[in-house]
Amino acid sequence: MADIALAPAAESPAQLRLARRLSAGARCAIPVALLLGIGFLAPLMAIFGYAFATPRSFDVFRSFTLENFATLFDPANTVWVSFVWSCGLALTTVAILAVVAYPIAYGLNVVFGRWSPFISVLFVFPLFVSENVRLYGWVLFYIKNGVLDGTLKWLGLSGGPEVLFTPGITLFGMVYTYLPFMLFPMTLGLALVPRDLIDAARDLGAGRLFIWREIELPLAMPGILIGMLLTFVLAIGATAEAKILGGQSIIVISHDIEIAFTYSQNWPLGSAMAVVVTFFIGGLTLFALSKLDLDRMLGRR
Amino acid sequence: MLQTLPAGAPGAETPAAPILQLVGVRKTFGGFTAVQGIDLDVREGEFLTIVGPSGSGKTTLLRMLAGMDTPSEGNITLHGELINDIPPNRRPTCLVFQSLALFPHKSVGENIAFPLKVKGVDAAARKARALELMRVVRLPEDYFDKNVMKCSGGERQRVALARAFAYDPEVLFFDEPLSALDYKLKKALEKELKDLHRETGKTFIYITHSLEEAMVMSDRIGVMRAGRLVQVGTPEEIYGAPVDRFVSEFVGEVNTIRVKREADGGWAGVDVPGRFTLAPPRDGTALDEAFVVVRPEFMRFLGPGDSADNRLEGIVYNEYSLGSRIQYQIRVDAGAAGEKVFLVELSRSRALPPGTDRAVTLGWDAADAFTLGS
Repeated sequence: MADIALAPAAESPAQLRLARRLSAGARCAIPVALLLGIGFLAPLMAIFGYAFATPRSFDVFRSFTLENFATLFDPANTVWVSFVWSCGLALTTVAILAVVAYPIAYGLNVVFGRWSPFISVLFVFPLFVSENVRLYGWVLFYIKNGVLDGTLKWLGLSGGPEVLFTPGITLFGMVYTYLPFMLFPMTLGLALVPRDLIDAARDLGAGRLFIWREIELPLAMPGILIGMLLTFVLAIGATAEAKILGGQSIIVISHDIEIAFTYSQNWPLGSAMAVVVTFFIGGLTLFALSKLDLDRMLGRR
Repeated sequence: MLQTLPAGAPGAETPAAPILQLVGVRKTFGGFTAVQGIDLDVREGEFLTIVGPSGSGKTTLLRMLAGMDTPSEGNITLHGELINDIPPNRRPTCLVFQSLALFPHKSVGENIAFPLKVKGVDAAARKARALELMRVVRLPEDYFDKNVMKCSGGERQRVALARAFAYDPEVLFFDEPLSALDYKLKKALEKELKDLHRETGKTFIYITHSLEEAMVMSDRIGVMRAGRLVQVGTPEEIYGAPVDRFVSEFVGEVNTIRVKREADGGWAGVDVPGRFTLAPPRDGTALDEAFVVVRPEFMRFLGPGDSADNRLEGIVYNEYSLGSRIQYQIRVDAGAAGEKVFLVELSRSRALPPGTDRAVTLGWDAADAFTLGS
């Protein structure tokens, strides 16, 4: 924009048109556009193509059939069970995380003071270790004669609870894995609440609970909702927790997709599943973002 | 709720007890003393302004009055009841913040009705009262549902004020709420605030670094410097009888001459040669060294045959138009110190013919100058 305004008047109309067609912003965006085109859009198109190919074939873009989708939506098939498990686990994870992360986010902003950066690092630190390695760590912790069970027995108590390879431990793993993704947007959201407003509300007679309900929560909501959306989208695609900690006691949708691509060698069915899940999450996200008017919530409009 | 002071404590049972009383109030943050030795009586219904440069402790003082900080020492009493440790939400006082602290996610009406919602007033009564207050602060009725962030600076001031009134406080505090506004709007709102003070009869305590603001609005002004209240008095007292050079300079431009007593009892200039006639110091103390402080508007130019208690010869170096008045910068030969600049302010009708570099004689009468010890 700026360089157009500063362009010398002598420039020909053709040059001006070119400059207007490719603004500075657009030119800066070329590298990322190329990367997204090749690395993101192209595979997505391939998956989309496979979803309409003849089942158990590799006839991508050469055949067209809706048979894969018909198989998916056939009630006799158990794919919907996996899908319900994924949604249910993701929703429960989000709900638990919202309750667990809020006090920590509040503490990071208001209570912990100069310890806040250190405590933040503690929550980020596990992200430096591969997720699978961390989950196997939990297996070692909970497994029979593992850290928990062994220690309790050594202390002369009856062994630890047999929680491994259950849906419950899958949920635990997901809450554990996605905590930072809820915590940091939430912390940011709470940081956006000016202290003046809390002081003013208190000065006008409001108690803590009233201030939380009327001022703090609504103003921190953008951060909270972004954290919820982020963790939901990540959690609905989670597989490792169900496989490693859950020991396949339940099958989640992304595990089904993986099986279709690997053991079953049925790429078209896997692609159809991927397309349905993608559209579901994409639609949900767009819906949430359209309802989530950030500018209004931040009081900018 | 409120603790009662033991009998015999200051301010407890006197007939014309002040509404708010501060005795020996001091506040320290770590090793830093922000405010100390504050003794102040605030009368019911008065408009008191605390002025001082930034860092003088006026905001700390206000935060203690509003309950957001607790004094390290001393007592703050409201109607004779000790309120040092009463939290802000249980004090019948309300602060209008410098930032105004309006709730950005609420409409104008919801902002104003907030204290009523806290008290559990039902929605219909809340709306009625909010609309009533909007009339008081001169906000149009159709602003009730307007997003508060879409309001102009002046409108936001009114919303903040109406919200404070909705709390129905006994004392209202203001922390420089007008400082972010442009000059013209500021002037208009200063007068409106003064009107509102009259109409509501509430006690207002206003904090500002602008003495001009304080002069326009206040019944009394307290001047703060380095954590202490240096002088408290009516605008006339502050302007006409400052206790020291700091107050005199804070209130407006001044010409200061350092003088010392001679063997014959007269006064001789230290930084300007010559002998001067001084009014006795206001507090009657005997001084050997003093400062003569003359406001530019009490200086005049002397023609041949004009007389004055004191006179100085100088050269017009510059002249500034202040609208209805003209200020002259006069350079006076100060001997070894080189030159000293004096300011003279005259109304336009009595101005000199335009032109600089002319030789003039300045004069002032002893009664128009202050003799200050520090």
